[in-house]
Amino acid sequence: MSDGVEQETPVRAIVAGHGTFASGIISAVDQITGRGGQFVAFSNTGLGLDDIQGTLAAALDASHARVIFTDLPAGSCTMAVRRMIRDRPGVLLVTGINLSLLLDFAMQDDADPAHAVQAALDRGRASMVVHGA
Amino acid sequence: MPIALYRIDDRLIHGQVVVGWGQPLELGFIVLVDDEVASSEWEQELYRMGVPPEMAVYFHTVGDAANQLAEFERNPKPGIVLVGDIGTMQRLVTASAGQVRTVNVGGVHHSPGRVGRLRYVFLTPAEEEGLKEMAAHGVDVTAQDVPSARPVPLAELLQSSPGA
Repeated sequence: MSDGVEQETPVRAIVAGHGTFASGIISAVDQITGRGGQFVAFSNTGLGLDDIQGTLAAALDASHARVIFTDLPAGSCTMAVRRMIRDRPGVLLVTGINLSLLLDFAMQDDADPAHAVQAALDRGRASMVVHGA
Repeated sequence: MPIALYRIDDRLIHGQVVVGWGQPLELGFIVLVDDEVASSEWEQELYRMGVPPEMAVYFHTVGDAANQLAEFERNPKPGIVLVGDIGTMQRLVTASAGQVRTVNVGGVHHSPGRVGRLRYVFLTPAEEEGLKEMAAHGVDVTAQDVPSARPVPLAELLQSSPGA
């Protein structure tokens, strides 16, 4: 029962990538599940490596998120996060994500980010199928 | 096969280099020229993991890279020589004594003291002079972030502003 006060959704993860990748995929999660508020979007557009690393570190600290999703294994966001998490044990980086993976993560209520990430990873990998071959 | 690209990119190895340029050029290798990375195993591992297994990555100081450019030019597959800043490319141009004939300014992002020239190129006055100096030594300097973009000649780059 709502008490009339809107509850802010706790941020569970940051999604980072090229162009509008992050905001786009979060928008898709929100359209399907209404749970897009669990994610913070970050774009590397126009930023050098130090700026990416600094901004992502600040976003991680502000949100207390324990998971960062990125688009490309070799992308600058991935590089920046890999540097950043050297000094942040327990923060997980998942690269090469897709919508199925992010949906699965969004729909889980598993409090343990490692469990949630592993399950989402399995779902994301399994979603890539060739038809008509 | 000659070196396909001498690129200045402050993100060094990232998606634009590996995928954007790597696939159309069918790159066989990347020579990452950076004195700091050349002395750090951890940094090298970080960058090595960012490229597909069929692409080799070599890490060199400016001096070592200059000495080995001729050998890289004989590689049967095309490659990229990649540096993180204009000063490093200037040193490489000088040390290689005429072997670097073209320079691609691919990504020099905003930081204090830099003026925006293109969406992906911001320069201090000293960096502008560095580019001019390379051009004065016969190097063809252009700005171009991805292969499908138009190469912007140096003179035009130095007159540009991102909003124009």
